[in-house]
Amino acid sequence: MDYVHNIEHQDIVHRCFRCGYCKFPEDYVDFNCPSYKAFGWDTYSPGGRMWLIRAWLNDEIKTSPHFAEILYSCVACDNCKNQCVFPKFKDFLPEIFQETKSELVNEGRIPPEVRDYFKAVATNGNPYKLPQSERGKWAGETGLTKYSGQEYLFYVGCVGSYDEVGQKMARSVGSLLVKAGVSLGIMGSEETCDGNEVKILGEMGLFTQLANDNIKKFKAKGVKKIITLDPHALNIFKKDYPKLGGNFNVLHYTEILAGLIKAKKIALSNYPVKVTYHDPCYLGRHNQVYGPPREILKAIPGVELVEMRRNSLNAFCCGGGGGNFFTDILGTGEDSAGRVRVREAFETGANIIAVACPSCAKMLIDAVKMEELDGKLDVLGIAEIIERAQKIKKGTVNG
Amino acid sequence: MSEILKSLIDIVGERGVSNAPEELWFYSRDPGVLTPHLPDYVVAPKTTEEVQKIVLLANREKIPIVPMGNGMSLTGLVIPLKGGIVMDMKRMNKILEVNQMARYAVVEGGTSQGVLKAYLQDHYPQLRHSIPDAPPTTTIAANMALHGQGRLTQQYGFNSDMVTGMEIVLPTGDICKIGSPSLGPYWFSKGPTLPDLSGLFLGWLGTTGIITKIGLRLYPNKKIRDVELFVTDRVDLIPDMLYKLTHLEMLEDINVWFQPKPLMFLGNFHITIYFTGDDEEEIAFKRKLIWDALQEYMDSKNGGFMSVQYMKGMLLEMPQRAIADFADVPKGGGFEYSGPITIIEHFPQYAAKVVELAKKYDVLYASSARLISGGHCMMFSISFAFNRNDPAMMTRVKHALDEATAFALEMGGIPWKPNFMEQKMTMKKMEPNALKILQMIKKNLDPQGIMNPGNWEVN
Amino acid sequence: MYALKFKEKVCATCPSADCLLKCQYMSFSGHKEAHGEMMKVVRGKDSRVLNECATCYACEEYCKRGNHPFYLICERREEKGMFTAARPITNQWINMTKMQGKYMVGAVKDKVLSCCYIPDLGVLGSGEIFKDVASAAAFGAEFMCPAVHTHFARMSVVKERLPVVIENFKKLGAKEVICLHDECYGTFTSIASAYGIDVPFKPVYYMDFLLERMKQLKDKIKPLNIKAAYQRPCSNRLIPDKLPMVKKILNLIGVKLPKRIYQDENCLCCGEIIRSVSGYKLADDVQKRNIDDMLESGAEYCVFNCPACQSSLSEKVAKKGLKPIHIIDLCKMAIGEKEREVA
Repeated sequence: MDYVHNIEHQDIVHRCFRCGYCKFPEDYVDFNCPSYKAFGWDTYSPGGRMWLIRAWLNDEIKTSPHFAEILYSCVACDNCKNQCVFPKFKDFLPEIFQETKSELVNEGRIPPEVRDYFKAVATNGNPYKLPQSERGKWAGETGLTKYSGQEYLFYVGCVGSYDEVGQKMARSVGSLLVKAGVSLGIMGSEETCDGNEVKILGEMGLFTQLANDNIKKFKAKGVKKIITLDPHALNIFKKDYPKLGGNFNVLHYTEILAGLIKAKKIALSNYPVKVTYHDPCYLGRHNQVYGPPREILKAIPGVELVEMRRNSLNAFCCGGGGGNFFTDILGTGEDSAGRVRVREAFETGANIIAVACPSCAKMLIDAVKMEELDGKLDVLGIAEIIERAQKIKKGTVNG
Repeated sequence: MSEILKSLIDIVGERGVSNAPEELWFYSRDPGVLTPHLPDYVVAPKTTEEVQKIVLLANREKIPIVPMGNGMSLTGLVIPLKGGIVMDMKRMNKILEVNQMARYAVVEGGTSQGVLKAYLQDHYPQLRHSIPDAPPTTTIAANMALHGQGRLTQQYGFNSDMVTGMEIVLPTGDICKIGSPSLGPYWFSKGPTLPDLSGLFLGWLGTTGIITKIGLRLYPNKKIRDVELFVTDRVDLIPDMLYKLTHLEMLEDINVWFQPKPLMFLGNFHITIYFTGDDEEEIAFKRKLIWDALQEYMDSKNGGFMSVQYMKGMLLEMPQRAIADFADVPKGGGFEYSGPITIIEHFPQYAAKVVELAKKYDVLYASSARLISGGHCMMFSISFAFNRNDPAMMTRVKHALDEATAFALEMGGIPWKPNFMEQKMTMKKMEPNALKILQMIKKNLDPQGIMNPGNWEVN
Repeated sequence: MYALKFKEKVCATCPSADCLLKCQYMSFSGHKEAHGEMMKVVRGKDSRVLNECATCYACEEYCKRGNHPFYLICERREEKGMFTAARPITNQWINMTKMQGKYMVGAVKDKVLSCCYIPDLGVLGSGEIFKDVASAAAFGAEFMCPAVHTHFARMSVVKERLPVVIENFKKLGAKEVICLHDECYGTFTSIASAYGIDVPFKPVYYMDFLLERMKQLKDKIKPLNIKAAYQRPCSNRLIPDKLPMVKKILNLIGVKLPKRIYQDENCLCCGEIIRSVSGYKLADDVQKRNIDDMLESGAEYCVFNCPACQSSLSEKVAKKGLKPIHIIDLCKMAIGEKEREVA
């Protein structure tokens, strides 16, 4: 039986002109769409994807593994949404891609890696298939306690809870916030997936279930304010949870840290390094938070902050979004997003790439290895940089 | 797997070739109104050697090849009319050299306009190139190969006049360099003072070879760029206004445009006058000259300058994003235009024709003319927007454009980047001996007839 | 159709002929010549006045007898088929401001905050000062005062559209219309009364509203302690009794206006319309004298009262080191709502 495809915005899909502005950043310096950069076919660019969706809706092409790969190669970085020249069409690009993926999920014709991801999250509550009971283990010596009515819930997310790189970041952020006297607690083994990736990948049923569970849990515990480690969680809590009745005051940890540093609650020593900051898509483009991480870095004495050629609104994605962190559809070739980004960072002459997202951290650390820049370029979370600036105290001025 | 596919994979690797339905569907069409036609393969080479090997294979197997940039000519020139291999040049996108003193750049066959612009801004801010208003993803080589125009065309001619040398893979598979690069390492001339071979490859729409490297002239980039907008409702006075403006020899670009919407533009013709300078004094001086040149029209109240305050940002953009916007006006994602080249004297007749065609075919129009080489001629664009979900509208647009081209030929003009039907109309009108030369060149360069077949063909 | 309430006898017996003698753009040898030219205009004859008037509106203020010399010049020009700016520019303005059913109206009760058809006014009419009325804003060609067309000698367009605009406001049910622009307020008072057009609501001049609000917010005001030059807009000439409002507001927020040559009755308009009507030489000259005068007075800021003046002069004054700012934004700065820098 032929599956008839329907998506919510099918009436406007034909409006794409496939002009290609979506492939570029604002000043056209290089291709800014990770899937187009990695695969090199116009079909993997936003305009190409859009035209294929139109053909697929009109039954001119059929669902296939290749079609699914093209759809799922999108890293949901939102560059296209910002660069499309049609003011009344641009905002719908990411939604159309997500709706199409939802249809593929309904049709049951998704790439195996995506299917495995859903299965793991649905079964284990996280994509790592690790036990729920171990979710809070990372917090060991940080001084973080269980959430029981403190001012903030510190929400860590799956990557921060289970991935080695993510855990390192979670620990440094957590202990720093504790030392600064912030009133916060974690869910630990009670924490479950926020669902951002699940939604982007089109499993609406699973996402709604995860979100509703979280909202119920947070409300039951009296959570009003949330600090997230991961910008992906920040995004979904801010944008999608309210529609389901979950209205919380959500901040990213860099926003809290920037405030603490401004209020001189965090001591800083001289740390003479050259740092470049990589804007996470879900913190920067998706939620327009560009300032606080930079304010933090600039406040550290000795730090020289240099910008990559593409930064802020035009930042090039690390390749970790759109589920690619787990599905690895972009691969690790020379033109894969992480490697391109690392080369761009290296060009600035910086010794450190500062990151504010555990997915970015892992993607870029792996890319540094592939680019054989180990030892030349360090990837560190913002809190880890602050930690280092506190350890170095050789007769220098406190911040 | 077919032998041909295997051979292609050997040449470009697995990631460089596709015959998946998705790629075939996408690369069978362009955003214009012409009927698509499926290719058999799509390839994306990264080096000249890969291009050569593909061409040799195509000769052996007698498969057509259709080279393409971003496919935005809109007149279907990248549609593989006889199937075969579509060659996406965009992975050959490096900037090979910039010679600052001689003011030229050498780029690959798929390097995009946007990337060169950004590169020059970053590394050679005193240099610029003649960038068209097409999206920045379009390629430099394709634009030059089809005699495109850009911001510096009013001053310096067609963008193809700015070619300074080429590396071509001939239809037989031989690689050749033409112009000064055929004699040495410098790319400062496309032909002169030797027999100018560039004419064998420019304007041929991919039928005589594949450009793998191209040199282009760069020009001084002044610090300040400004614009004045002169408005008149007397179309008959426009040629004279343009004549007076071009006499100044001081202007960058001159565009003349008119469109029925938004309402503030209805009934008027607008001359956008761009000028540059390195300081305020130079700008103020040029502005005075511009106003003085058109004083008589202001005295007679037939024309006046409008305030550009709110439009300035949009007008000064390069490329101008608002032009792509026209495609979304009927909320349908498409427009196509016929842009014949003609003398400025004919502006009033062409202007009348646009309105007549829009009415006859019930389509939405916009028109913009760009002066070429100080007004020796102009490109007059007749543009119609369509809704991609409305095939009947698309057909009407196609017929309107066909009639526009017929009109241009009647008026003694030259169609620009004509689709294969317009090419036939042109060849029919062409002086027979000129046509004979055209056929002779094509036959000799492409004896097997594999290069973008269906184009520049008499039968 | 509405006719200008103009009395020939009033002009005929005028002892001053100030309308023309004080004109900043035309010079006359004395009362005889000036009065003579005005009488030619009155009687529908050709006169150099009809060719040379730069449409600065000043004579509406200079005439202390309320006989509307500028509106008369406008009528006579149109009767004779004359254009001030080019014909296509004149038509462009008429088309640009046509009512097309694309307007925005907020939640109107008894007050409306009119943003005319100028988006900048919507931005200005916000924040603490306007918090009680900002939600009752009206914006669109349907609410635009058509006074601008007098610059182009098309009083017929004014007469045709003004009653419709008034009706549109009436339909909103508001008793008061706060005009964020002098031109709107001038239209509902000066022009409407000159043509006997009934205005069934109370036009409120925004500076009256602004002064009251600033008085209410007195505790929040931190005096700015700056010297400024005031750019008086042409349309303020239609409502000269409101000119003192400027000093009252500026005194409240610690802004001094050092003496200038081109101030009050001798002020210079922003010059942008003059560019279209009389050419760039005169416009450049007017703007240069105006800005030089601002600098001479020792001003740090150039205070605007009109978005059109702002559009025409902001960049030019900024290039000479003056900070351009609208008077509303200055008030916002004084109560700490706006950062202390260029608008």
